[in-house]
Amino acid sequence: MDIMETLREQIEGNAIILYMKGSPQAPQCGFSARTVQAVMACGQRFAYVDVLAHPEIRANLPKYGDWPTFPQLWVEGELVGGCDIVAEMYENGELKDLIDGAAERAGATEEEK
Amino acid sequence: MSLQTSIEEKLIAALSPAYLDVSNESGSHNVPPGSETHFKVVLVADAFAGERLIARHRRINGLLAEELAGGVHALALHTYTPNEWESRFGEVPESPACLGGGGRG
Repeated sequence: MDIMETLREQIEGNAIILYMKGSPQAPQCGFSARTVQAVMACGQRFAYVDVLAHPEIRANLPKYGDWPTFPQLWVEGELVGGCDIVAEMYENGELKDLIDGAAERAGATEEEK
Repeated sequence: MSLQTSIEEKLIAALSPAYLDVSNESGSHNVPPGSETHFKVVLVADAFAGERLIARHRRINGLLAEELAGGVHALALHTYTPNEWESRFGEVPESPACLGGGGRG
């Protein structure tokens, strides 16, 4: 499959998806570590992709989302931002609202299936 | 011209910041001494009024597209309007510590 198509499927198919360096258990970059910590603190399940293990995604996601750096948090098909945005939204409570809302809506559609 | 200077000049020209601090944080990362790879930008500008963080960051990423496509690997951005800046008393988050992974990209 075309890489852009793969990215589209990942982003549209997962209500909450984090592209990061390393894994949530073993982040390989301080910015990814801080971001995944904030996402985990919201207490919802989320998908993640380790871009160090997927060089093609690492090379192409910046073009797909017009965002040059990692990590990238995508919620309901939209780019939320990188580390600084996610950290700030976590601190002011916006991140939890966003992620809780997305998880709830995703859960609702799954039940309908 | 150093990358740091070109970042400063572009941001000043485009956004007329009320406050700008560009710091080279490359020294705390897994790169040779004297590198210009990791930067932190604190920028206070009227231009950000009414703009969400993602729009502010996109604007800066766009202004610095050349630098990001060249040597700059990490760009921490802290963007405020003068009012937001005042209510934070000028406090800016610290950048996270390096965990050694990654390299270019």
